[in-house]
Amino acid sequence: MVEPPFTVTPIFHIGPVPVTQPVIATWAIMALLTLFSVLLTRRLTLRPGQVQAVAELIATAIDQQIADVMRSDPAPFRALIGTLFLFVLVANLSGSLPGFNPPTAHIETDAAAALIVFIAAIYHGIRRRGLAGYLKTFAEPSWSMIPLNLFEQVTRTFSHCIRLFGNVMSGVFVIGIALSLAGLLVPIPLMALDLLTGVVQAYIFAILACVFIGAAVDGEGGSDAAGKAPSLQQPSPARSNS
Amino acid sequence: MTVEEISILSAAFAVGMGAIGPGIGEGLAVAAGLQAIARQPDSVGAISRTLFVGLAMIETTAIYCLVIALLVLFANPFVT
Repeated sequence: MVEPPFTVTPIFHIGPVPVTQPVIATWAIMALLTLFSVLLTRRLTLRPGQVQAVAELIATAIDQQIADVMRSDPAPFRALIGTLFLFVLVANLSGSLPGFNPPTAHIETDAAAALIVFIAAIYHGIRRRGLAGYLKTFAEPSWSMIPLNLFEQVTRTFSHCIRLFGNVMSGVFVIGIALSLAGLLVPIPLMALDLLTGVVQAYIFAILACVFIGAAVDGEGGSDAAGKAPSLQQPSPARSNS
Repeated sequence: MTVEEISILSAAFAVGMGAIGPGIGEGLAVAAGLQAIARQPDSVGAISRTLFVGLAMIETTAIYCLVIALLVLFANPFVT
């Protein structure tokens, strides 16, 4: 029958630390992405070949999305958001490899990613506004909103994590049930749907990370948001086809 | 009825009832998004991005129901 989604069984132990299948899958994906990036950026040329053109396309698309959502320079957030997007994307799509369980189908991986976004939002908020300025944003629009704003920080991180977990895990789960009930080749349409869900969820995860960090960086009353916004809000012709 | 039977029924009930609201909500959101794109085809990028984020937010309620159903089925504290 189908394995319960909340339990993971350790495969082997390194000293006192149990190592489970999602951990191995996560490290494999990390190694793959790192290796790919290192090999790619080693021989960058001004006239890009095919692989470099694809990589530049991905990087430009990520930059464009970050700039559209945050309405500021994407450079400080490119590494974090881009890495999160690519990791979640590869992790979601890895479920279609035989014998490979996507690490995002286990709640620990998603919780770790959501906590990274949570901490990054606080870090960028403090760096842009200063500690007092960041804490003051919790008292907007009035001081009576402080408990609600604090509560929102927790619930939105929780839902950020649960959303990814629920979507990916339910895909894996439904495929497992269909396979055990109906047999070979029946779950293939479901797997195709799972590919679509994986891509959309990776996109949504990255965009929501942008939104959360962007809200901490330039909400209402940001000191340099007022000076920066008009120059970037002009509609550019390139934006319409993104 | 035993605790197990009630758990299975309540899990099915949770997912079934919990899918109604998000289903209606996502339908309304997509309809409004399509209308907006039909009126202003130039801003399709911004509209569809906002639509996707909004759909993800709406979908979260259904996912909560699914997680609760799975908790009831697989991590039930009242079943020894």
